[in-house]
Amino acid sequence: MSSAVHSANSGATKDDDLVFYLEDEHHHAEGSSTALGFWIYLMSDCLIFAILFAVYGVLGSSYAAGPGPQDLFELELVAVNTAMLLFSSITYGFAMLEMEKGKTNATLVWLGITGLFGLAFLGIELYEFHHLIEIGATPQRSAFLSAFFTLVGTHGLHVTFGIIWLVTLMVQVRMHGLIPANRRRLTCLSMFWHFLDVIWIGVFTFVYLMGMLR
Amino acid sequence: MQETSSSIHPIFGRLSLESFPIHEPILVVTFAVVAIGALGLMYLLHRYKLWSYLWDEWFTTVDHKKIGIMYMVLGIIMLLRGFSDAIMMRLQQAMAFGGSEGYLNSHHYDQVFTAHGVIMIFFVAMPLVTGLMNYVVPLQIGARDVSFPFLNNFSFWMTAAGAIITMISLFVGEFARTGWLAYPPLSGISYSPDVGVDYYVWGLQVAGVGTTLSGINLLATIVKMRAPGMTMMKMPVFTWTSLCTNVLIVATFPVLTAVLALLTLDRYVGTNFFTNDLGGNPMMYVNLIWIWGHPEVYILILPAFGIFSEVTSTFSGKRLFGYTSMVYATVVITILSYLVWLHHFFTMGSGASVNSFFGITTMIISIPTGAKIFNWLFTMYRGRIRFELPMMWTVAFMLTFVVGGMTGVLLAVPPADFVLHNSLFLVAHFHNVIIGGVLFGLFAGINYWFPKAFGFKLDKFWGTLSFWFWVVGFWFAFMPLYVLGLMGVTRRLRTFDDPSLQIWFIIAGIGAFLILCGIVSFLVQIAVSVWRRDSLRDVTGDPWNGRTLEWATSSPPPAYNFAFTPVIHDNDAWTDMKKRGFKRPLGGFRPIHMPSNSGAGIYIAAISIVFAFGMIWYMWWLAALSFFAILGVAIAHTFNYHRDFFIPAEEVAATEDARTQAMVSAGGH
Repeated sequence: MSSAVHSANSGATKDDDLVFYLEDEHHHAEGSSTALGFWIYLMSDCLIFAILFAVYGVLGSSYAAGPGPQDLFELELVAVNTAMLLFSSITYGFAMLEMEKGKTNATLVWLGITGLFGLAFLGIELYEFHHLIEIGATPQRSAFLSAFFTLVGTHGLHVTFGIIWLVTLMVQVRMHGLIPANRRRLTCLSMFWHFLDVIWIGVFTFVYLMGMLR
Repeated sequence: MQETSSSIHPIFGRLSLESFPIHEPILVVTFAVVAIGALGLMYLLHRYKLWSYLWDEWFTTVDHKKIGIMYMVLGIIMLLRGFSDAIMMRLQQAMAFGGSEGYLNSHHYDQVFTAHGVIMIFFVAMPLVTGLMNYVVPLQIGARDVSFPFLNNFSFWMTAAGAIITMISLFVGEFARTGWLAYPPLSGISYSPDVGVDYYVWGLQVAGVGTTLSGINLLATIVKMRAPGMTMMKMPVFTWTSLCTNVLIVATFPVLTAVLALLTLDRYVGTNFFTNDLGGNPMMYVNLIWIWGHPEVYILILPAFGIFSEVTSTFSGKRLFGYTSMVYATVVITILSYLVWLHHFFTMGSGASVNSFFGITTMIISIPTGAKIFNWLFTMYRGRIRFELPMMWTVAFMLTFVVGGMTGVLLAVPPADFVLHNSLFLVAHFHNVIIGGVLFGLFAGINYWFPKAFGFKLDKFWGTLSFWFWVVGFWFAFMPLYVLGLMGVTRRLRTFDDPSLQIWFIIAGIGAFLILCGIVSFLVQIAVSVWRRDSLRDVTGDPWNGRTLEWATSSPPPAYNFAFTPVIHDNDAWTDMKKRGFKRPLGGFRPIHMPSNSGAGIYIAAISIVFAFGMIWYMWWLAALSFFAILGVAIAHTFNYHRDFFIPAEEVAATEDARTQAMVSAGGH
């Protein structure tokens, strides 16, 4: 028996240095698969959006004699909304920088600001939806509106869950500090949050900007 | 939410006494049998105080092996339900000639063929495939467990919850009458205003969560958890096919989730994705669901190909012929499976160019598949073949599947498809590949790995009987459907006018009866094997002279799988170890880091059933309440930071010593 590993008791001399097992416990560091697993999840979520984009692509001009994008969208409002979400991504980035420095309170402050920007985004989106429904442009009105409300609404739903997750994590960071498990969770939520930003850029371009150009 | 909203009760929603099918004698008797069986089982569990054992050792377990076994149990139970539907259809079609209405009314018959398809694909084939992958893959790659053990438990319970939701429809309300893919506009609210399609949608959505998460989990496991030395091109072929299957799961189930969500919005909110008016497009549903649906059949068949590869190599006593080409063939099939979906509806009228493209891609898939068949044949060539049960299933597969593949190529020719679309020829084709491929593969896998999971082999006599009943029954049941399909008989018919067709349906019915004997023999095989387990016992852990790592550990493997993490030098790692005189380590054990059990998975799945029930019956208060409960339990679960423990070195030593003792007393090496 050697010090670290166990050799095969084989007759063939060239095999003498072969090992068939590790004598020390082989460590898959806890959470070592989490980043990969979460990436794969994000890609599967991305596919859901891909389908919703494709559906919007197919149905986006089926107005059924109802209102079209130019009648409905207010680019100024959507621009403000986009700014809210982009700012929230930047502030999440600041939170992660503070996390790297190990500063719990600063991390929490930036997370809180991120959440407020997220809420602002949701608030404006809900206002927009409310306005559209008010003037009769409901999801039931035409296939275009069904696809619009579903794509934008699914993104909004994701932001909502992101905020619930954010609050949960803030409580957990408060309870346990920036322990490795919490750092891992913050990193996952960070990926989720930036992912939603990327999706929104797609929505802004594909739905709003190109809708106004139609 | 539709115009029926006036009749919705604030508490019970759409549910009323008329929702219970007490006027259907078949269902009443079924319910009585199920209820008596369940009560009897509960009494036995109570009598022998097994509840806490079940809860602690099985329901809350995060051990991939036990979860794998639970998947298998779920699949086998649902096979009985799915097959009951099948034999009811065969009986109906054999009877309903010459003015006879048969014994099933159209309302019931339409539910039966829908439920048969849904259950067989989602709740039989999927759990059995996932169960085998769950059990075998971590062992084959020398891992202690999957990457996310709790998620694994949760995935299983979500799959089981989906099955339960589907089963509830049998006794409360009704199931969809739309066919297994629920095409709109038939599945829309105006043509299917009842709860059937809602059961369908919510059952699949809940199960889909489990399937997607399990796909992510196994994918991460295979990528990250392989033992040292196991490069990608040293992975066992079953692990390779599992990898590709899980890539497909992750890359397609979200599509199903999305398209079912859109159908749900059409039904619940009144949107116009798939409606006939206001800009909706029903064919978009058909396109989207087949973008999931075609890869789905490869999700099922690829692991079966992996099983056949392991079995052929083991029972021919040879290294697999053309390992590298096998891997590439698998990968090519994985990619091509995305480029063929339109062949399911050439008749949509997308034009000659589009149809040609999808016809050609479909035909191209037969090339890597053919390469696989030749690889298996060349593995057998000059091998020392042992005709144990897994090998018998493999040979039957090769003979049967090739026929199914060839009829598939026939259907891939668009002009031929215009004649054969929606005919019984198609039904015969896909049963030919799913039974002859997936199911035979699963039986090969069950017979092959059962001794690993339980420490004793399955009885060969009853296994042989089950094999012959299944194989012969399959040919009797489906060859007549090819004939009928060529004569132009379409699928899903309840009654027939032309009496000359009846003989073919009677032959098919006899085939279904033979398959019934096959299923009964399979159940008897398990019972007899448990009864005679001492004489079938294997203490070596390697009853078949296996070639891959799972045979290096004991049967059943300890919770930690391997006392020491193995190091791999060759494709057939265990054959290599045996050849080079590997000696099992007898000392120097270390404490082993393991994940802890959790009940959160089963809680969330149980509340998901309540949520789905609330949604199906429009009990909005119940749906809202259970939705927030799911959220609450999930968040509460994240506050548990103590999810692991160490198995002390003494316990590992005791487990390993017990194995040594057993091997010595049995005269093993």
